[in-house]
Amino acid sequence: MKKLSARRRHPLAAIVVLLFALAATGGLYAAFAPAGQAKAEQSNLSLDIEEGKKLFAVGCSSCHGTGGQGTSDGPSLVGVGAASVDFQVGTGRMPMQAPGAQAPKKPKVYTEEETRQLAAFVASLGAGPEIPKPEQYSIKGLTGEEIAAGGDLFRQNCAQCHNFTGEGGALTKGKYAPNLADVDPKHIYEVMETGSQAMPSFPEGIMPEKEKRQIIAYLDQVNTSETENPGGYGLGGFGPVSEGLFAWTIVLALLIGITVWVAARNAKARKS
Amino acid sequence: MSSEHGSEKNVSDDDKSLPETQDTAAGGELEKHPFADPGLPHHEPRIQDIDERAAKRSERVVALFFTISMLATVAFIVSFVVFPIDKIFYLWPLGHISALNFSLGLSLGVALFAIGVGAVHWSRTLMDGTELVQERHPIDSTPDEKAAALATFAKGAEDSGLGRRKLIRNTMFGALALVPLSGVVLLRDLGPLPEDKLRHTMWRRGLKLINMNTNEPLRPEDITVGSLSFAKPEGLEEGSHDFHREIAKAALMLVRLEPGDIKDKQELDWSHEGIVAYSKICTHVGCPVSLYEQQTHHVLCPCHQSTFDLSDGARVIFGPAGHPLPQLAITVNDEGELVARGDFAEPVGPSFWERG
Repeated sequence: MKKLSARRRHPLAAIVVLLFALAATGGLYAAFAPAGQAKAEQSNLSLDIEEGKKLFAVGCSSCHGTGGQGTSDGPSLVGVGAASVDFQVGTGRMPMQAPGAQAPKKPKVYTEEETRQLAAFVASLGAGPEIPKPEQYSIKGLTGEEIAAGGDLFRQNCAQCHNFTGEGGALTKGKYAPNLADVDPKHIYEVMETGSQAMPSFPEGIMPEKEKRQIIAYLDQVNTSETENPGGYGLGGFGPVSEGLFAWTIVLALLIGITVWVAARNAKARKS
Repeated sequence: MSSEHGSEKNVSDDDKSLPETQDTAAGGELEKHPFADPGLPHHEPRIQDIDERAAKRSERVVALFFTISMLATVAFIVSFVVFPIDKIFYLWPLGHISALNFSLGLSLGVALFAIGVGAVHWSRTLMDGTELVQERHPIDSTPDEKAAALATFAKGAEDSGLGRRKLIRNTMFGALALVPLSGVVLLRDLGPLPEDKLRHTMWRRGLKLINMNTNEPLRPEDITVGSLSFAKPEGLEEGSHDFHREIAKAALMLVRLEPGDIKDKQELDWSHEGIVAYSKICTHVGCPVSLYEQQTHHVLCPCHQSTFDLSDGARVIFGPAGHPLPQLAITVNDEGELVARGDFAEPVGPSFWERG
């Protein structure tokens, strides 16, 4: 202590004190910073909601009502949650191009930021499923056995409409279950969580998060543009109907063509 | 036309409407065969028959196909040796396919098809092109053979004395009539009688509804409006000996409706907080019917498009099904888990003769 007090008039003492003071201020700032950042996030979220509300008023309110309460043209969005908005808007299904049996997948209209703002606004209308985090729908680390069990789950819960390998199929009155090839895992997770249009939902209590991941992993194995199909062309994977149609039209026409050639009269030297 | 002629001459209409008959009415040969065999057309030689250069060309084409076949066989053997079994490659429009399967199939197909094409082209262009007629012999037996056969039959009938010895005749008919009965009796062994198996399922009072996905008891709070879940009876383990026999009758699908949306009073009585449990087996021919559209509460059967309205007692609103889907009455037990209040009130699945 004595050494320190003896040097208090050293020319560099002021600089040392200044350094200490700066470090203390920085430390204090660091200690209080998270609270401030949270406040900033909070204001970001309310900003998102504000922006989302404006976008909603322009793009969605004609069918869903200005407060998202729904009209005769569109269902109420109170309580559908951010996940539902992220799915419907992120896959281009919403906004709908024209009234019809079903809103099809199409190039998306809103940017990712606008989608986030819309989701924030709709989530503020009522509690609902949140946008899943990447680890919720990641298929990393699943064993082959677990993926095969995902196939069982898919056949139990999804195959009745979407076909055994997710090729899709017809429903009533122009509605259909779409092909699931190359759908973003996040969107598959969201639609299982929230349902979509005619599709029922499969919430946590019915199908836990891990089972959803297994189903996503199964689809990744059997129905993507990269899926290996050692047996060759699958004819859409629709089973005996499309295979029978192929055999009875294309193959039979080829066989008849060959038969006609075998039995045709030979070319003569002169026309008789 | 024909009636005009008929009034002039007293000949049958059929004959005189034919021009040949009118022209040469007396020709006996034509009357017998009004549509005479025109015979073979005059034989015309092919190019290859008169032009040796063309024949050489055909010969080279045939040889080319046989050579293609040889090359394809070599390709088959080479691909068998070269390609590992798990080699995958992309080929439009087939997608990501196995190199081994594709090359083996293609080369063997070409090898066989080229032999066939070569052989047919050979016979069509180079082998004898003269048309030949191969006469068939008449199907009728000669009068002598017919007479001999009839005589033999009459002799046999006479020898047997069937008309005279009535005791033998009657007992023989009896024996022949009874013998097929053994076959009819054996049909009973095709399977056990159904008894009342079609009328009952595993469900009984207090049995928990087990989530098919998680194998855990379902609770009312798990089932949200717009969701779809499938349940099996407590105690039925997947992989157990009688799993398939029992689930084929006991399979359930559960959805939750807003209680105000339920139009059928019995359906409301048998539901719990708007959760309704219906048999998953179509009442038409027994397909699993679970294409649930959550906006309309319609369930569609994938086999024959029978459609049931789950908000109105699963009434059939379209398709060939003859009965609504049977509903299972449910409630909750002390632990707050969904349980059955009894078995289905009517047989599940397709109609049968004695169903009533």
